[in-house]
Amino acid sequence: MIAMSGGVDSSVAACLMKESGYDCMGVTMYLYRGEDRAAEKRRKTCCSLDDVEDARSVAFQLGIPYHVFNFTDEFEREVIRRFVIGYENGETPNPCLDCNRYLKFGRFLHRAEELGYGCVATGHYARIEKDPKSGRFLLKKALDEAKDQSYVLYAMTQDQLAHTVFPLGNLRKAQVRRIAEEHGFRNAQKRDSEDICFVPDGDYAGFLERYTGQKYACGDFVSRDGRVLGRHKGIVRYTVGQRKGLGLSEGKPLYVCAKCARRNTVTLGGKEDLFSRSLAADRLNLISCGRLDRPARLSVRIRYGQREQPATVTQMDGGTVRVVFDEPQCAISPGQAVVFYDGDTVVGGATIRGTDL
Amino acid sequence: MKRQIYVDNAATTRLSRAAAEAMRPYLDGLFGNPSSAHTAGMKAAQALKRARETLAGLLGCSPKGIYFTSGGSESDNQALISAAAWGAEHGRRHLIASAFEHPAVLRTLEALRNRGFETEMIPVSRGGIVDPGRVASSIRDGTCLVSVMAANNEIGTVQPIAEIGRICRERHVLFHTDAVQAAGHIPLNIRGMKVDLLSLSAHKFHGPKGAGVLYAGENVPLVPLIRGGGQERGLRAGTQNVPAIAGMAAALREACGKMEADASHTAALRDRLTDGLESIPGAVPVGDRDHRLPGIVNFCFRGVEAEPLLLLLDEEGICASSGSACAAGALEPSHVLLALGLPKALARGELRFSLDAGNTEEEIDTVIRATASAVTRLRRYAGKKAL
Repeated sequence: MIAMSGGVDSSVAACLMKESGYDCMGVTMYLYRGEDRAAEKRRKTCCSLDDVEDARSVAFQLGIPYHVFNFTDEFEREVIRRFVIGYENGETPNPCLDCNRYLKFGRFLHRAEELGYGCVATGHYARIEKDPKSGRFLLKKALDEAKDQSYVLYAMTQDQLAHTVFPLGNLRKAQVRRIAEEHGFRNAQKRDSEDICFVPDGDYAGFLERYTGQKYACGDFVSRDGRVLGRHKGIVRYTVGQRKGLGLSEGKPLYVCAKCARRNTVTLGGKEDLFSRSLAADRLNLISCGRLDRPARLSVRIRYGQREQPATVTQMDGGTVRVVFDEPQCAISPGQAVVFYDGDTVVGGATIRGTDL
Repeated sequence: MKRQIYVDNAATTRLSRAAAEAMRPYLDGLFGNPSSAHTAGMKAAQALKRARETLAGLLGCSPKGIYFTSGGSESDNQALISAAAWGAEHGRRHLIASAFEHPAVLRTLEALRNRGFETEMIPVSRGGIVDPGRVASSIRDGTCLVSVMAANNEIGTVQPIAEIGRICRERHVLFHTDAVQAAGHIPLNIRGMKVDLLSLSAHKFHGPKGAGVLYAGENVPLVPLIRGGGQERGLRAGTQNVPAIAGMAAALREACGKMEADASHTAALRDRLTDGLESIPGAVPVGDRDHRLPGIVNFCFRGVEAEPLLLLLDEEGICASSGSACAAGALEPSHVLLALGLPKALARGELRFSLDAGNTEEEIDTVIRATASAVTRLRRYAGKKAL
């Protein structure tokens, strides 16, 4: 069962699965009712009718059955609500991670099993290999490093990896577009999606206010030592590392260093205050091994697309982990994922809780 | 490929041989435009006249009241918009409809609400029947229209149309009935039911797609939705779909001719299917058993979603359906089931089988077996989360 968004990547993934001789079905997940707003703004979102038509057209062209499944309830519960709660708690949530965890490799995979399909395929750029020594399924970076999506897949379990195929893992984006063109797919030149699908205009605060029906209270900007520097317009409007749009004129540039939902404050500081050498994270998921028996020297990413940083990763009790970087890191954001690599291989990852030790 | 078992006749029906035969001359040689003055045109015009008379005779109304449209949705739209326009002229801007009408009615009412009309949805019973008493108590001075479907398209319950018609006539309120699912399946008599406006669609009774009727009484001034030429007394412009209209009249004539025999055969199959499905654990029959169309069976299955259920049935060659699909093609929990007060989670497991006299006992038994096995299979996986 192939997850088809209507984009070029998943279309080519479907094409490659079909050509490898799999008995395939294409499925678009209908995730949220964004049509009205999308139509107003004429912005593409992952659930727009045009995208469904693109996916359907490719599936028909490939001669595979195609369906749209309504997962709006699950998406609302597992992705949108978590996103809202994360922001309200002063975090910087990554809804794509939750969508992979709960929808693509949760609900979608479950549906594939219900219908008797042996595996799911998606258009992710990453590779899955079986380690002959340990017998574990390994998640590896894509051949095309620029498109590598292994970061957003770190939460996959062994069972999920065993039932998943990433047909694009060994291809470059240019090759994928060429395959789409050779097959005459109508979406061959469609642009890549970037924003969060349910916030196509990138205005998170506006989305949160519409969704919750409430205005977020103004509060104080404070310095690291507790001095009030001014008024902020609601903590959901700020992200860690942000410099612009604070509306303050201090002598030196100020950055958002932290947010406190309990006190409704946004802590500001200089560039140097953004750097931190260590972080604590929970909800650890390990892929290449069952447990980190001793502190491990690994390469670490704390955000999507970041270059890896050398660090020492120590597993604590109860699925928590401590990461100490060789060099201080800028804008470590609670709510984002920290993912550990050993070369091309994803060792595991966790959700950042804080920078304090 | 398994042999196909078609039990989705409320979605659409197979074109009957009689309808196809009636259409053929107008697809082939007699291609004239019924509005043309020459012989070729007149032959087409004669076909329309005959169809209009046939339909009027079968429905118990004057041929003058028959307007040809593209189908049920158009008829519903025009009926409501015309009634609202008439109401607005008389200072009556209140419209009443049952909560489980077809979307063609509900969306049109929504549009009217946005134009300043007041709309009132009257609830339906758990069994899916509209209470005429509720209709009577909702009518007030400013009411211009009551719209209640003759039979519900999803659960098949037949509504007390004659009684509601009598109430509306007494209170001088227009009465529209969406008879799309009822026409050709149960007796309908416009005069007897005291209906002012009625919608029907040919492809629900073995006629072709793309043809329908709006009946409007002489006292109801229609407002055209499509303006242009003088077709249909200037109230529905556009060259008539002559072959489809000829096919529609032939199909309804045939359906009414063998209605009694077909209905008793179909109802026996319906009861056999209902009994069989009821024995599946967690099966919840939907809709009053005593007042329903001969062909429609509706069930919800606890803890099971319709989407995979339909696909598993399709693999067995069984064509059934569930609720309605959104613009993207994804299934939505049925507004009909929600109107009955069923919880959303249960409504997600809705399955509608709509039978026809062409179905056999053997097919019904296959449907029962396949449904039981699909439901069991999905329940087994429901326990095992993929996470």
